[in-house]
Amino acid sequence: MSFSIGSSTFGMGPRSTLEDFGSTGAQGGEVYNRKVISRMLAYLRPHQWKMLSALVLTLTESGLTLLTPYLVKVAIDQYITPGHRDGLLAIALQIAAAYIVLFIVSSGQRYILSWVGQKVLSTLRGDLFRHLQRLQPGYHDRHIVGVTVSRVINDVAEINELLSQGVITLLGDLVVLVGIIIIMLTMNAKLALLTFIVLPLMFLATWLFSRQARKAFRETRSKVAAVVGDLAEDINGMRAIQAFTQEEASQTRFEQVNRENRNAYISAMNLSFVFLPAVEFLGMLATVIVLWFGGHFVLQETVTLGVLVAFLNYVTRFFQPIQELSRMYTTFQSAMAGGEQVFKLLDTPLEITDAPGAVALSDIQGKITFDHVTFQYRPDTPTVLNDISLVIEPGKTAAIVGPTGAGKTTIANLITRFYEVSGGTILIDNQDIRSLTMRSLRQQVRIISQDPFLFSRSIRENICYGKPDASDDAVEEAARKANAHDFIARLPEGYNTRILEGGVNLSQGQRQLISIARALLTDPRILILDEATANIDTITEVLIQEALSRLLKDRTAVVIAHRLSTVRSADWVYVIDKGQIAEQGTHLDLIVKNGLYAHLYERQFMDK
Amino acid sequence: MPAAHFTEQYVPLPKPATPLLKVLQRVYGYLVPYWKQTAGAYLSLLGILALNALIPQFTRWIIDTGIEGKNLKVLAWSVLALLGLTLLKGVLNYFQGKWSEVASQNVAFDLRNELQKKLTHLSFSFHDQSETGELLSRAIQDVERVRFLTGRATLRILEAVLLLIITLVIMLVMDYRLALLILITIPFLVIQAVRFGIRFRPLSLLVQKQLAVLTTAVEQNLRGNRVVKAYAQEDAEISRFEKENEHWFNLSNRSARMQAVNVPLLFLIANLGTVAIVLYGGSQVIDGNLTIGEVVAFISYLGQLVDPIRRLGMIIPAVAIAGAASERIFDVLDTVSDVRDTPNAKPMRKIKGRVRFENVTFGYGKNKILKDVTFDVQPGQKIALLGTTGSGKSSIINLIPRFYDPTSGRILIDETDIRDATLKSLRSQIGIVLQETTLFAATIRENIAFGSKNASEEDIINAARAAQAHDFIMQNPQGYDTRVGERGVTLSGGQKQRLAIARALLLNPRILILDDATASVDTETEHLIQEAFAQLIKGRTTFVIAHRLSTVKDADVIFVLESGRIVAQGTHADLINSSHLYRGIYSQQLKKQEEQP
Repeated sequence: MSFSIGSSTFGMGPRSTLEDFGSTGAQGGEVYNRKVISRMLAYLRPHQWKMLSALVLTLTESGLTLLTPYLVKVAIDQYITPGHRDGLLAIALQIAAAYIVLFIVSSGQRYILSWVGQKVLSTLRGDLFRHLQRLQPGYHDRHIVGVTVSRVINDVAEINELLSQGVITLLGDLVVLVGIIIIMLTMNAKLALLTFIVLPLMFLATWLFSRQARKAFRETRSKVAAVVGDLAEDINGMRAIQAFTQEEASQTRFEQVNRENRNAYISAMNLSFVFLPAVEFLGMLATVIVLWFGGHFVLQETVTLGVLVAFLNYVTRFFQPIQELSRMYTTFQSAMAGGEQVFKLLDTPLEITDAPGAVALSDIQGKITFDHVTFQYRPDTPTVLNDISLVIEPGKTAAIVGPTGAGKTTIANLITRFYEVSGGTILIDNQDIRSLTMRSLRQQVRIISQDPFLFSRSIRENICYGKPDASDDAVEEAARKANAHDFIARLPEGYNTRILEGGVNLSQGQRQLISIARALLTDPRILILDEATANIDTITEVLIQEALSRLLKDRTAVVIAHRLSTVRSADWVYVIDKGQIAEQGTHLDLIVKNGLYAHLYERQFMDK
Repeated sequence: MPAAHFTEQYVPLPKPATPLLKVLQRVYGYLVPYWKQTAGAYLSLLGILALNALIPQFTRWIIDTGIEGKNLKVLAWSVLALLGLTLLKGVLNYFQGKWSEVASQNVAFDLRNELQKKLTHLSFSFHDQSETGELLSRAIQDVERVRFLTGRATLRILEAVLLLIITLVIMLVMDYRLALLILITIPFLVIQAVRFGIRFRPLSLLVQKQLAVLTTAVEQNLRGNRVVKAYAQEDAEISRFEKENEHWFNLSNRSARMQAVNVPLLFLIANLGTVAIVLYGGSQVIDGNLTIGEVVAFISYLGQLVDPIRRLGMIIPAVAIAGAASERIFDVLDTVSDVRDTPNAKPMRKIKGRVRFENVTFGYGKNKILKDVTFDVQPGQKIALLGTTGSGKSSIINLIPRFYDPTSGRILIDETDIRDATLKSLRSQIGIVLQETTLFAATIRENIAFGSKNASEEDIINAARAAQAHDFIMQNPQGYDTRVGERGVTLSGGQKQRLAIARALLLNPRILILDDATASVDTETEHLIQEAFAQLIKGRTTFVIAHRLSTVKDADVIFVLESGRIVAQGTHADLINSSHLYRGIYSQQLKKQEEQP
């Protein structure tokens, strides 16, 4: 088996939704394979001229490969046997020349094919990445990051070898085969036909092998994906593992997954270790047929010795590509499995997209309307929001409170169309948000979440994430407004400080402040604060409250809070319980009403 | 760290740190436990080579004696023998493949286990600096490249070398002059192969590094996908990725160029040898010194050499790549964790709960976060930590379980310097509930019992009840068997926190570290959890990063931190009178919680 750069001889598997955690997925192998092949070929199409030249070079290579034994035959029959010394030198030089041309052609062919192979790989990876960017958060929430990573990086690599080398080798070998068949038939039809008896047996062996191999290689995909997923999980949760002294337990768990992977590979490869020798045996059978019958023909003087020798040569040459193809067939099986996964990912439907004719949201007033909105994550999960209707006028601050799991965070997810409502409509300035471009929607509606994700880039790059071309002054201004400037300025590298993966070199409060600065830089009309200020230390919280109250002026804000203290200054309060609006009104109204809100409020201070 | 963007610029090849031979030695060491399979595979290889050597002789014999010599009986028997030999060869091939695969897959298995194990022992500061994608790349792809080397690649190398030797010997015996001709080509082949390998290795290191960069890019983007969407930065992220992608392409292409020239060169050298045989051997036949059969056999032997030479040509890049890959793997395996059990570490006895900091200074990188902190907390006391962001509160609670070691000073629990205790015994007696909850893709039950593997069902449910989690757990049709998504995203923030609380409660630790965990839970539940905590905190030493007025008022001692120092300590009543800073904090925020409607 050849080894190409950037490829690995394994791939990752279908570890899609968490429900499928045990299965190997992908039914209907046959039909899918044909589609996979045609799609893979589609990736080759932009490089058709290169492929064509590679083909030409391969044909030349094959031609030369066919030529050289013939030249040797000529040398034996016409110069060596009869004893013509002078001609021998000439023909030897001819053969040498053929080999040199073979070298040049071979190099060129390899280079072109590698180039195409790597190009296709990087194109596929780019396409996958692009598609992943467009997929809705719902997809990402349900899939293990490690597994998706492995599809983009490894499953794609699996295809590489097959796509570039495989296609050309197949074509080249086919040409060689056809050429040899013709030559053999021309030289001695009887002998040739006798040799070809072996072929049906060859097909039988291949068919048996491929049925088993397909299953086995799919299994390897699935198992390796589990290894990646498990390891990524461990790395991500390493602090918890160490804090709870679960190192050994995690090792045991990993070992199990690791073991299954090992076993899956051994099983799959075992199949090819039976298949390949079988093919070789059939090849020898053909040689034996040539020797036996050919030998008899020579004895009967119907065939010259030179012809027999050449025939032997050609038989070997005939079975070399067949053996090559058989070896390739193993790669083919695993590449198909890899390809299946790649295209499955590429085909994952985009559930939340811009509607055709979507308009950009511009210069909004900032009115938010929920019109009988209902939501559930999936048809079989409980309803999270049940017929919610509310109106938030421009520039007002609405607070949403209620018990945990009542659906408050979901409201934030729905306004920004991270999830799509199951029923009802959400409108901004009386426009259905589904009729707006998502990009324009999200540029005007900012979420500040309780657990902000920061990129492992500089603080500056993180703050100006929404507006990459913002000036340094603008960045500093936003940081000041968010009260982040002080602590950033105190850092040795200031705004250039690189945030480590996971934001670990900053405290929780500092991360919050940066995420607020990030949001403020883009000057949104609508702000959604999702429990944003609830987890910061008291002093910082004060600073943030100050900054926010300045900024909430003239902006529409939806504050999702647990702390009633932050809600007291809201213009309107919605109390959500069990997915519905239980109460609404101003803080004072609700206290007077003495209902759920009053009850919640009282409880906070019962023991003061 | 991601590489800079070198797309246009030529990248000079780095010098590898360790000599290739040393690295390879270490790699092959992993094969040693599987010497039986390895030996079996190599013995099969020898058998196959012997058969390969034999078979052309048969062919020669058949042609010379059977056909030219017109001996049908010889023809018949030798033909059958050929089939028999091939069958035998097939069987040996099977075992060769199977055993070498088993051995090499086990090498990969061992390496991956070791890597994962190592990662669980490396301290927080290592993980702070490392990137998940980078580690994944090493554990998966680099290990695979090493596996390939210890399996198929070594077999092919051995085969090539042995075949060369055997074939040469036979040729020498048959006709030493022809053999000498062949011998001349060998040094050229070897030199070419070695030169190629040396130049190839550093390049493949670069390629693999870049692949790791790509892996990280994908991984990080997936984790931060909401932020990307929220800020409509999909296009920007895509073009960032494309840059790195292209860089990978350029590097890979360079290495492909190298291979495209060097491998066929090997063939050319071997092929020119064939020409030499035809010329020289042919003239010998004309002179009557050799038979045609012999020349044909020679050519077929040379043909036999071509295949292993070709494989050798393929293998050389593989060896170089594996060399680079092993370096990356051993890099991780050789990292010494800066927080680890000292050789004399003893398990900590049951903690009573006295915690002392003596002149503790701690810094992260260039920053000094804690400066000369000293305190003495008695068993069972409840300590509230108060201060601005970055004042050092988190650092104090990170130092107690030895997630980091102080730069100077020491920390004692019950008169034992925590550096003298085993990490396991220390951490298993400290319970931690922070604001960021890490849950695993497992059942709720498994998450709660994380850290208390021997807990009974009853204990688990009791802990869940105390954490006010039982009710929402039972709302799910599968109850405690409900699977939680990665990062627990299908749960709300408050639900995740309550599971974390249950997890800590189940642990029943002597020292509790809280980050005012109830802050993100609604007030009603918060109240109930406060009650539960009040029960559990009894008799345990507790450190709370305080946000709530109630926490602060109930604390035995409040530590007010500023710029890494404890600037004030005492009870609420004390501090209201004595500390200006505390009064400031109190009036600005905490007091508000007391205001009447």
